This record gives sequence, C-alpha cells and structure tokens, in this order.
Amino acid sequence: MKNQDRILLGHGSGGKLSHKLLSDMFLKYFQNAELGKLNDAARIECPGESLVFSTDSYVVDPIFFPGGDIGKLAVCGTVNDVAMMGGRPLYLSVGFIIEEGLPLSDLETILGSMRAAAEEARVQIVTGDTKVVPKGTADKIFINTAGVGIPLAGTNLAGQNARVGDKIIVNGFVADHGITVMARREGLELDLDLKTDLAPLNHMIEEILEKTPDIHVMRDPTRGGVATTLNEIAWQSDVGIKLSEKDIPVSPQVNAVCEILGLDPLYIANEGKVLVFSPADYVDDVLSVMRANIYGQNACVIGEVVAEPQGRVYMDTVIGGQRMIDMLAGEQLPRIC
Amino acid sequence: MKYLEEFRNPQFAKALATKIAENAAGLREIKLMEVCGSHTMAIARYGIRRLLPQNIKLISGPGCPVCVTANGYLDKANAISRLPDVIIATFGDMMRVPGSTSSLEKERSKGSDIRIVYSTMDAITLAVNNPDKQVVFLGVGFETTAPTIAASVLRAKELDLQNYTVYCANKTMPNPMEAIASGDKVDLQGFICPAHVSTIIGARPYEFLAEKYGKSCVIAGFEPLDVLEAVKMLIEQIRIGKPIVQIQYSRVTTVEGNPTALKIMDKTFEVCDTEWRGLGNIPGSGLKLRKEFEEYDADIKFDVIVEPTQEEAGCICGDVMQGISSPTDCPLFGTVCTPEDPVGACMVSSEGSCAASYKYEQF
Repeated sequence: MKNQDRILLGHGSGGKLSHKLLSDMFLKYFQNAELGKLNDAARIECPGESLVFSTDSYVVDPIFFPGGDIGKLAVCGTVNDVAMMGGRPLYLSVGFIIEEGLPLSDLETILGSMRAAAEEARVQIVTGDTKVVPKGTADKIFINTAGVGIPLAGTNLAGQNARVGDKIIVNGFVADHGITVMARREGLELDLDLKTDLAPLNHMIEEILEKTPDIHVMRDPTRGGVATTLNEIAWQSDVGIKLSEKDIPVSPQVNAVCEILGLDPLYIANEGKVLVFSPADYVDDVLSVMRANIYGQNACVIGEVVAEPQGRVYMDTVIGGQRMIDMLAGEQLPRIC
Repeated sequence: MKYLEEFRNPQFAKALATKIAENAAGLREIKLMEVCGSHTMAIARYGIRRLLPQNIKLISGPGCPVCVTANGYLDKANAISRLPDVIIATFGDMMRVPGSTSSLEKERSKGSDIRIVYSTMDAITLAVNNPDKQVVFLGVGFETTAPTIAASVLRAKELDLQNYTVYCANKTMPNPMEAIASGDKVDLQGFICPAHVSTIIGARPYEFLAEKYGKSCVIAGFEPLDVLEAVKMLIEQIRIGKPIVQIQYSRVTTVEGNPTALKIMDKTFEVCDTEWRGLGNIPGSGLKLRKEFEEYDADIKFDVIVEPTQEEAGCICGDVMQGISSPTDCPLFGTVCTPEDPVGACMVSSEGSCAASYKYEQF
C-alpha cells in the first residue's frame, strides 16, 4: 500500500491492486484458516442438522460515531439477528462496497472494529467480497454481512409465539444509538455525553436461554425502535401489548435531546437492545442474567402481553392516561417549535 | 429530568382530574379549544381526554404551523428548490407536507438540495459555508419562531451576506382565534392559549377575547400537568361566569411578553394579510419583511413559475382546524389519509390534530 492512502477504482479491478488490498488489509484483520485459503466459497464445519441464517446491509451515515462505527455495526447487527432466533452465531460473510477515494486509514479503522467485535462475539469471518464504485455512486462504504449459527437446544423463538400474560423485558436504556448517530450526523452542538449502545448480545442471550429455554420471543428493536418492533410482534402473534410509560428506561441525555427535537424515544433505533417476551414465572431469572451482564445492567420489565386489542400496542402514560403506540410512518422529523 | 418529570407526576394529575370533575359536575357540555399543535400532541400523547369528565370536550385549533401553511406557499417553495444553486433550509416537519402535486421530500428525491436545520442560525452557517449557493430559509411558524427568523435576517445584514433569503409565511396567533370566537360555527367557552407564542407576545393580546367575546382564556404550558391545571382554571372561570385571561405557564410567560423578541420582530417585520390553509385569508394575520429588508425576501428575489394551486377534494382539514369537525368525521381519515400517505396537512404534521388522533387515540 506504499504511496497510496485512498481507495482507487483499481482496488476493485480484480487485478494486482485488488489482491494487494486483500492481502494487506482484509487478511491482516480477519485471520482464519478458511478465509486464508482464498477460495470462492468457504467450507465450514456445522454441527447438527438445522441452521440459523440471517443477512443485513449497513449504510449508516456517519460511518464513525461515538461508541462505534459501521464495521462494528455490521458484525453486531447480524450476530444479534442470529442470536434473536435462538442461534449461536458461528460464521459471517462480509461484502464491502467502497466508494473510490475512501481513505485507507478509515478502512483500517473499520476492519479493526470488525475484528474486535467478531472476537468478542466469537464468530469467524470466513468469506468475503469487495467492490469499488466510482466517487459519488456510493457514500464512503456500505457493508453487507450474512451470519450462520446453530440453534440452541430446546429453544423455540419466533415472533408468532407471544402469549397473553408474557412479560416484556428490555436490557437497558432505549434510543441511545439513533440519537447518538443523529446528533453526530446533524452536527448538533450538544454538551452531552451520548454514546451508541451497539454491542454483540449473543453471549447474554445464550445465557438467558440456557437458564430459561422457554422464552417465547426475542427481537432487537433496531430501525423503527421499540414501538415498531412491538407492533410487529403484536401483529404476528395476534395479541395486544400493554406498555407502562413510567417503566421505559431512557437516559437523561437521550431524553433531553428527544424533548428538544420533539422525537419519541420509542421510535428511535437501538443496536444493543433485546426485547424478551418471557412467561411471568421466568422474569426474575431473565432479569438476573441480564443485570449480571455489562449489556443488561439497567434491564427491566416494560410491559406485558394482553388479549385485547389484537394486533395493537397501547401504553399507560405517566400521568395515568392511555394512548395507542402505532408503527413509525416514514422518518421522524424534528418539529418547528 | 429536572423540571420535566415534576410536570408529569401521576398523583398530581389524579388530584387535578378529581378537582376538574368536581367543578364540572352539573355543568352543561363545555367545549374548550387548545389552540396550539403542541397542546394537541400533549393531550393525545398523555391520554388526557380519558382523565376528563364526559361533559368537557377538548377540540383542536389552528395552531399547528405546518397545517395552516397554504398550498400555494408550498408550491412556490418546491419551485424555488428546483432552481440551480439553491439550498432550501427548513425545519424538519415541513419535509413531507403535500403541496398541490409535490412535497419537499419528493423534490429532494429528484435532486433538489434541501437541508433540515434546527435553528435559523444553522441556515446562516449554511449560507456562510456555501458562498456560491443561494440559501433560502422557509420562514414558517407563529410568534415563537418569528423572532429567530428576524434575528437571522439581522445577522445576514451584519455579515453582509448576499446569498441568504427567507421565504416568509409567518403568521400571528390572536387573529384566527378571533375568527373562530366571532363565528357561530363552534360553541366555544374557552381557549387553552399557546405556551410559547404567549412567551413572546404576553397575555394582553388575548384580552379582547375575554372582554369582547366572553371567552375564558388560560395560557398553558405543554406538559400534561400544565394542560390539566389550565382546564381546571378554565372550568373555575366558567363556573363563576367571569371570563378573563390567566397565565398558568407562569414559570416562563409574563403579562408583557418578551420585549427583546418583540423589538426585533417589529424592526424586521410588518403586518400583512395572509392565507391560512383551510381558513382562507385572514386580514392582518401574517408577517412580511419590511421594505428595508426586502433584499432578504425570497418571494421578491426568486421569480419562478409556480404550478396552479389545487386543493385536495374531500379533505376537511379546514373544518378540523376550526374545531367544527373532529378528525374522525373526515371520510378520508385513516383510509385514504394516513401518516404514511397524508392528504391533508393535519395528518402530515406531527402536531396536526389528525396525526395526533390517528397515532394515539384510535383504540
């Protein structure tokens, strides 16, 4: 990479520059026997008969934000999706679409965070691809990852499985990620210590499922936030969901930003949160596992599954009123006054 | 959060609700209008209607700045956005408001440079940082935002910026309230007067509503306890039959308002007639830049061809904003017109009464 500090179109040509990028950058960060073979596909050992398989693409702007970057997001996001379905994630693929001109130092930082996140989640990146597109046709870097894992024994998690009486648990403050990214993107000059909640949750989730395999639903409230995710589950399971506004954990900083901009934290994205639908008897077990984990110290119950109204979510408000919680329509927009 | 949770205290809310029910017992149906969109939102968001007795009806007024912005204004804003080397700077909730055939969001997807800003000073910064572009700020809002727009014009003059203009559609509050109070379409007994508009203009501009039209007025804050306390104060006024203007939001609002803000508004703006979506032209209810600031007036600077204005058939936003109809009376509500695909502005704005009703109250 001598005398070059930016991605050139030639890095995507498939020729010498591409190979150099592969050996000097990607293999440097993602070292494992399978990837090192540089074959067209990875042959991987996969115990058992069924797989948990998921994919997601990451296009966040800005690519670096307090507490993480697009690389960490691309690993954690897919790891979490596999974990939410009761899978133990084992392998990831990664595809990069890079805009011509991206500083190589930025790419290295991103690869470094991907490696760190993969190590923490104990997954291997076993196959990958890189494309370079002309300047202006992509925004710096887009990443796709796919993840495979094996289902944990005795679990049966699905959005259709919520049952009346289930308690809904979240592992901490909501809306941290979306507000952090938005504040950075919009250049809001706020004297606040905002940080994304981005984290691989698979170990915490596996611990929960080891202790209480009879959890009904787990889902990460990413885009659209807690409100949208709960609406999906209410609809899939044909049940009602009742939330308690006073129990929903929002950090004072995030609350302040939401108040100023007129945003509702229930509709803001999270990247290190899980909503767990647990039979009432297991709530204490779930909470104790979460609270013993660094990613679950502020875990609490925020609501429950009820019979009516089917397919809808509503909330007891802090002052004792009630309101519906609908899905997010379009993007949330800051208000005039 | 300090000074926020205190105004959402459930015990106090319950006590206020009990007091309201006691005072309203035996009275005939009382209609109160919350004028401001932020009140509409707070009422729906905290489920306040469910805490009030049956004979108290809260109806939404014309105080959502996005909702009352005329189609013709949006059409011209869209047309300006299509000019080369123009950056439109706007508050976020204008993005999706439908004009006759387009919206800023649609124009952005077709290549117009439209930026969401959080303050008028962000728009000034945009102009400073983009000297080869024309930055046009969409000046929408009531007396709450007018001083900040005035300040941006003064700042542009101070910096001698040649590339900053405001496309001005600012409106003032008491006039449409008079239009509603003087009409016979809604039998209103009182107004929950806007919080932040009143912080600027004070309490005196509402006095004629009590004196001439016999409407009780309480200036209220936007937190749920503020609204409940304002309702309690209004019911007390109605019980004793003595309409006056009271300030519930005394932690921020004074009788005289904010003299600094009023001064810069007066310096830069003059009163004009203006078109309100749904309400028509209301004389003396708008603000436009004074002659000496006309170089900052986008309406004068940009001569664009604007499409003919079309109003959406079947939409009853106008009646909704005057309190004549409620959102659910509209045949389009929740079927043709939803927040995902809004027809009228009351559905698109987060503070619109249709959006509030759709989002929070359809059990």
